[in-house]
Amino acid sequence: MTTTAPVPPTVDDTDAAELMRAARSGRRRRRLLVLSAQLALVVLVVGGWQLASAQGVLDSFTYGSPSGVVDQLRTWFTQGASTGSIWHNIGVTMEETVLGFLIGTLSGVVLGIALGRIHALAEVMAPFIKAGNSIPRVVLGSMFIIWFGLGPSGKVALAVVLVFFSVFFNAFQGTREVDRDLIANARILGASEWQVTSQVVLPSAMTWIVASLHAAFGFALIGAIVGEVLGAQAGLGQLIQQAQGNFNANGVYAGIIIIAVLALAAEFLITRFEKRVLRWRPTQLSGDTAGL
Amino acid sequence: MTAQANQTSTGTVPAIELRAATKRFRTPSGGIYTALRELDLTVAPGEFCAVVGPTGCGKSTTLSLVSGLEPASRGETLIHGEPVTGIDRRVGFMFQTDAVFPWKPVLDNVAAGPRFRGVGKREAVDKARDWLRRVGLSGFEDRLPHQLSGGMRKRVALAQTLINEPEILLMDEPFSALDVQTRQIVQDELLSLWELTRPAVVFVTHDLDEAIALADKVVVLTVGPGTVKDTFAIDLPRPRRVRDIRFHPHFVELYERIWTSLRDEVRLAYARTVGEPPRPEPAEDQPRTDDTIGQPR
Repeated sequence: MTTTAPVPPTVDDTDAAELMRAARSGRRRRRLLVLSAQLALVVLVVGGWQLASAQGVLDSFTYGSPSGVVDQLRTWFTQGASTGSIWHNIGVTMEETVLGFLIGTLSGVVLGIALGRIHALAEVMAPFIKAGNSIPRVVLGSMFIIWFGLGPSGKVALAVVLVFFSVFFNAFQGTREVDRDLIANARILGASEWQVTSQVVLPSAMTWIVASLHAAFGFALIGAIVGEVLGAQAGLGQLIQQAQGNFNANGVYAGIIIIAVLALAAEFLITRFEKRVLRWRPTQLSGDTAGL
Repeated sequence: MTAQANQTSTGTVPAIELRAATKRFRTPSGGIYTALRELDLTVAPGEFCAVVGPTGCGKSTTLSLVSGLEPASRGETLIHGEPVTGIDRRVGFMFQTDAVFPWKPVLDNVAAGPRFRGVGKREAVDKARDWLRRVGLSGFEDRLPHQLSGGMRKRVALAQTLINEPEILLMDEPFSALDVQTRQIVQDELLSLWELTRPAVVFVTHDLDEAIALADKVVVLTVGPGTVKDTFAIDLPRPRRVRDIRFHPHFVELYERIWTSLRDEVRLAYARTVGEPPRPEPAEDQPRTDDTIGQPR
């Protein structure tokens, strides 16, 4: 028995290797197909747009053109904008966004967990939170301009307000959803209330909190840009606002492209953070949903 | 089998004593649900007591009273003669569900108890390694709980509970999720670990085989609101092997006697679930007092 045993596995091995090879080449073919379809789509849209504006079908003054956008980007990156170099403008917007994101996330997590843990506090605060959440946050931008002037702090404040609510509700819900047996187990093992909060509730609610961070960064960017559009001395929102004032459609598109690139880069970083924080979970649910 | 009788017969203060304990819950719908009624229970130090009863008879509630997770509505809960006012350091609790921390590696899970109690990191980790060896999980220190089988997770939970060296060990159907073969192995491991430190055990189960195989004493609860119906001494020889003890002639005899007592309650409980559709069956762990406060919006 034991002497004949090694033979069948080798047959199995070649079979398995064959299967693996077939699967791998199938996957590669599929990826190639998707990639070429995507490329074709880009060529179709951008090329069609360029062609239409060159032929005069689309008025290039109103609708811009891909080559105009490229020119605008080249001007910005080589000569800078009227408010300074493009990197300065990007830096200002990113600073406002990241600061707003961090402050908003931190306060949302702290308050969400506090209210989730302390029922009395939740009952007292509930109407105020609901009222605050019902205000369209963008109108607060006007208020912040009056409070903080045209500097970056008003934009940070707007980003904080936008981020706060999205993170807060997830942190609150995540705290409420923590497995009661886990908490009971920790308490019996000897954990103090603070240890329960920091070592059981926080890691457990992290699934919920991290899920809100994707949306939250988007909100932070919206806060910063809208704040700049409402009135600023520098930043991408201000560039877009300026382009709009000059009827420079290409300038608006160029601003949008830069913002999209920044948002995608941030999304990539957040996904990496998520994978790191939630690596204890059996399946990575997020980020695997058809790549969207 | 009253508290007094037991106390005088053993001549020591019982490890666990419930005196006419009654527990009521406010249900989410605003009603009152009585889980336990005038329950008397005594467990001597080092005694292994199994509690059996039909679904919804308050078996788990008994454990939450002893652990201090829930106060009794009326009556007294005593540990070593002192009233329970909160969670007692001498108590260990093993849950029906996997209550190990899923984000902590096995070693950190086992070391959690001492760490929570202020033991230094190195000392706690050394102790955790020792306990992992005792439950046969050496080499799995860095695994995460979801990378283990159900039986291994139970052994992690066992080590996590026993590392605190509890004088009182409460177990709430801890092995009910395991397949029969694994369950027998883990039951044997539990018995050999219990022999080492000899805590007083209250082991809640719905499995009469398990109760008799493990315990010194089997308590049958009535259908909810639960109270003690009968108490049976299990005078089977120790050390036991769970798989073999089932074929002991005395085991079969005990099984018959206890089942006769339990059967009526099980039937009553079953009749309730099928006979009264309008009234929702109160699951043992469902009514919790704070469920009515601050529902998520």
